[in-house]
Amino acid sequence: MTETIIAVEKLKEKFPNSVLEVMTFRGEVTVTVSKGDIFEICKFLHSDPNLQFHLLTDLCGLDFFPQAPRFGVVYLLCSLKNNQRLRVKTRVGETESIPSVESIWKVANWYEREAYDLFGIRFENHPDLRRILLWDGYEGYPLRKDYPTEGPDFDKPFVPEV
Amino acid sequence: MAETRFMTINMGPQHPATHGVLRIVLELDGEVIVKATPHIGHLHRGIEKLAESKTYHQSIPFTDRLDYTNAMGNNLAYVLAVEKLLGIEVPKRAQYLRVMMAELQRIAAHLIWLGTHVLDMGATTPIFYTFREREDILKIFEEVSGGRLTPTYMRIGGVSKDLPDGITEKIKEFVQAFPGHMKEYETLLTKNVIWMKRTKGVGIISKEDAISWGVTGPTLRGSGVKYDVRKAFPYSSYEEFDFEIPIGSVGDVYDRYNVRLREMEWSNSIAEQALERLPKGPIITSDPRIALPPKDMVLTDIASLIRQFKIASEGFQPPKGEVYASVEASKGELGFYIVSDGTNKPFRFRIRTPSFANVSALPRMIEGSLIADVVSTIGSIDIVLGEIDR
Repeated sequence: MTETIIAVEKLKEKFPNSVLEVMTFRGEVTVTVSKGDIFEICKFLHSDPNLQFHLLTDLCGLDFFPQAPRFGVVYLLCSLKNNQRLRVKTRVGETESIPSVESIWKVANWYEREAYDLFGIRFENHPDLRRILLWDGYEGYPLRKDYPTEGPDFDKPFVPEV
Repeated sequence: MAETRFMTINMGPQHPATHGVLRIVLELDGEVIVKATPHIGHLHRGIEKLAESKTYHQSIPFTDRLDYTNAMGNNLAYVLAVEKLLGIEVPKRAQYLRVMMAELQRIAAHLIWLGTHVLDMGATTPIFYTFREREDILKIFEEVSGGRLTPTYMRIGGVSKDLPDGITEKIKEFVQAFPGHMKEYETLLTKNVIWMKRTKGVGIISKEDAISWGVTGPTLRGSGVKYDVRKAFPYSSYEEFDFEIPIGSVGDVYDRYNVRLREMEWSNSIAEQALERLPKGPIITSDPRIALPPKDMVLTDIASLIRQFKIASEGFQPPKGEVYASVEASKGELGFYIVSDGTNKPFRFRIRTPSFANVSALPRMIEGSLIADVVSTIGSIDIVLGEIDR
């Protein structure tokens, strides 16, 4: 618990203008940061010798439709050294893109592809941003709130052109 | 001089050694893999989307169908997340029952892994042994929960049923006999020269790489990282049980094999401890907003009937907030990240599945090795496509 607070204090010290909100719910600390510094913040959390958030447990998208900015990206970090978790959140607009953290954590490659696939969130400098769960040429982004649970292709078989 | 070209071959999705519908496009220089590109999504069912339109109770059966070899563990991860969101306490007996079932399920999942993994590499005998023991576990599950593959045993706030009469003897019989069965598997494999030649030095992933690729579970521990959610972030009273985390050193297929075998022994021990120390008491929380009333009350008492109807049709409304709860599933860290907007349905239902991250590291493990090693490496990271594609 205390270490996570140290991480938050350090973030506030290093990026005073980027840390927008710190929230604790059920013992889990969530830091909301602005999108512009997300790469530097992740890099700092990963490389700081006292924090060492070396494991990116999860990265996923959120859709706050019809609010603006529309999307959220959540980074769930885990420090094996301190045995701590920290959640970093940021917001992205529908037409905006967000820096990829693939160069910090390799696993972000697939997580970001998934967020792109299901939400349509674009990641800058991603080496291979294409759909991962759905097929190429699929229209729409299913996890968006304005996408129906039973889509237009519900019950229709998909036959790709050969 | 003749022109050299790489050859591209397609492995899967219908290939027995890819354990489901995984497709890998391999670029080969002779028999050496230059580049491997996994393609997933053939089993995508949109569980995350579907769960957003269901109440919290209704999503429990979906979790059985993620990693279908580890249904109890998946149930547990989900109910833990919802309980964290609600901030409720689970009775001690239910916690112990959960631990016992999750550990028996881990043994069953590892037995499937062991049988199919070695079958992929040409050893046909062990699968008959491992499925024999797995059958014993599934019979226990059937008596306890009514289901074999998809038990849906856990409930938010507890478990669905208490142990039936006579089952403790059967579980005891199993946990006492299992170490003997472990010896049978080990006699066939551990010092087997062919087995060692196929697995030692194959599919290596270093400590640093494994962490960077988000690998968890026995695959991470095979590389020598002592990270196990049961110890790092104990849940469901795991801190009260006595067990160790086996780790490997090199991070090859053989190390992962050893880690899983040792894990089965510890799981067996945990299940035994849970059975011995099983506390008495209720099996589900008494919170009337969450737990269904007992059946006999529903049939005799109008208030209980109304409560049953309300819970079954409307569910409950957790407070606004977001939680992440994870368990050490048989493949690695399985976590549920649930965002609640205060209504009776989740705003976001995110499943962090271990196999997804583990299979993303597959190219790292197999690039530069031979095509025959792909089969042993895939087997050793123990993927289940149900949870990769969700």
